[in-house]
Amino acid sequence: MLEVNGLRVSYGGIQAVRGISFHVNEGEMVALIGANGAGKSSTLRALARLLDPAGGSVRYRGKELLPLPPHALVAEGIALVPEGRGVFPRMTSLENLRMGAYARSDKAAIEQDLEQVLGHFPRLKERGQQLAGTLSGGEQQMLAIGRALMSRPRLMLLDEPSMGLAPIMVQKIFEVIRTVASDGMTILLVEQNAKLALEVSQRGYVMESGEITVTNESTHLLADPKVRAAYLGE
Amino acid sequence: MDTLLQQLINGITLGAVYALVALGYTMVYGIIGLINFAHGEVVMIGTMVAFTVIVSLAGSAMAPLMILGIGVAVSVVVCMVLGWALERVAYRPLRHAPRLTPLITAIGMSIVLQNVAMIIWGRNYITFPPMIGKHIYEFGGASFTNVQIAIVTLAALMMLGLIYLVHRTRIGMAMRATAQNQHVAALMGVDIDRVIAMAFIIGSALGAVAGCMVGSYYEIAHYQMGFMLGLKAFTAAVLGGIGNLAGAMAGGLLLGVIEALGAGYIGDLTGDFLGSHYQDIFAFIVLIIVLMFRPSGLFGERTGDRA
Ligand SMILES: Nc1ncnc2c1ncn2[C@@H]1O[C@H](COP(=O)(O)OP(=O)(O)OP(=O)(O)O)[C@@H](O)[C@H]1O
Ligand SMILES: [Mg+2]
Repeated sequence: MLEVNGLRVSYGGIQAVRGISFHVNEGEMVALIGANGAGKSSTLRALARLLDPAGGSVRYRGKELLPLPPHALVAEGIALVPEGRGVFPRMTSLENLRMGAYARSDKAAIEQDLEQVLGHFPRLKERGQQLAGTLSGGEQQMLAIGRALMSRPRLMLLDEPSMGLAPIMVQKIFEVIRTVASDGMTILLVEQNAKLALEVSQRGYVMESGEITVTNESTHLLADPKVRAAYLGE
Repeated sequence: MDTLLQQLINGITLGAVYALVALGYTMVYGIIGLINFAHGEVVMIGTMVAFTVIVSLAGSAMAPLMILGIGVAVSVVVCMVLGWALERVAYRPLRHAPRLTPLITAIGMSIVLQNVAMIIWGRNYITFPPMIGKHIYEFGGASFTNVQIAIVTLAALMMLGLIYLVHRTRIGMAMRATAQNQHVAALMGVDIDRVIAMAFIIGSALGAVAGCMVGSYYEIAHYQMGFMLGLKAFTAAVLGGIGNLAGAMAGGLLLGVIEALGAGYIGDLTGDFLGSHYQDIFAFIVLIIVLMFRPSGLFGERTGDRA
């Protein structure tokens, strides 16, 4: 479904992503793990066209994505849940969710999806009229994921959904990610929490200093002594 | 007592105009963080265009109110195009430049527009032909005209319309989202370029109407009138918290009232040392006080409830 070839990202003179290649198959959940500054977020931002890559190609369902402007991606079925959530702070939770459906015009289906998202995250239902900027970190993460779901994506790019959250909240959020994945969503998951990411995904890529160094099925990565030593704190 | 009421009435009239102009500053600032110093000149062009249309239709058989309506409509359209073109030509190429660059460009554009207006309409004051037969109403020792009623009513309607647009329509949602997080708004499918253009276009339309109001109220126009008007409206926007729509409305009204009261009492306050023609100093005293003690404005504590 997604095929990335030789993707490069640089900031000024610094190369943050050095020609990486990877792919995500339809219906799959793929983890991209790596230390701080490895270039994971830069990779996702390049895929979502929030920055212009220095080179490479990104094919999505047979179509080259790089020439598209960022606002055209949502119509292609791609949704990014950015690092740090990026909720609209002075909009209510409900308005945030409706912004997720901004590019859609199928009113009845939007209302259905809204019910479904609120079903995934009952907490957001209670907080519907609250300004998103005043939600807790966990609630904001739920909102960001819910907002992405509101666009009815085919491919979700998740950037560190567990960041800064208490274990119980991480559990709740990953439950929803699992549910969404088992309903057939294709997911590319970036995580600091490598153990968690490898437990929920089918395959994984390990990124180091802008390059992909290891790739395998997640169960194998979890068992790999080098990966365990470097990323699982053993 | 009559002075107080009289100055309040005058202040609200003036304040309604400031508020409309201030909205143009605050919408653009809220979305791209640019102080569009050429906005005052857009308002001036609005006055001038309405003047030209009205004068050229004045001899015809049309009803005066009709002529005024056409003048306002043409002025609104011209200013919308002008606002769009300003963004397109002067600011868009500088979107990623350091913040000072578009600011200087804005000052440059304001000088360009002034000079264009001077070439077209000349250096002298021009008389804005009154199209509304003036009625004067007496109320509690003070007087006001039907022109004032029309200005305040129309301004209020336009502000309500803007609030509706921003909070209840799709483009309004897109504008608010863009003001709060441009990148994420793009992820939602918002065409940022279009939203920015809309902010200029809507702000310019409001400015054009304000320009027609100023023309009808003072019955006079001049190619440099946009400078002082723009500076005062900018002050109003800062007073309310720049980037904040409700703040611009409140700031405009407040500034109009402060200025009118100041003009009414400055003689008494200074033992007639300064006369009411010093009324302009009040706007700047307000600006300095706000910038010194509350730079985020009266309603701006949350870094501005932008757009
Ligand atoms: N806007 C930027 N300007 C300059 N350098 C940047 C910018 N964004 C990221 N970088 C640099 O690029 C490198 C990769 O950053 P990136 O955010 O992609 O890492 P990451 O793998 O997501 O890390 P983390 O796990 O900490 O989020 C880092 O060295 C970072 O300092
Ligand atoms: Mg990151």
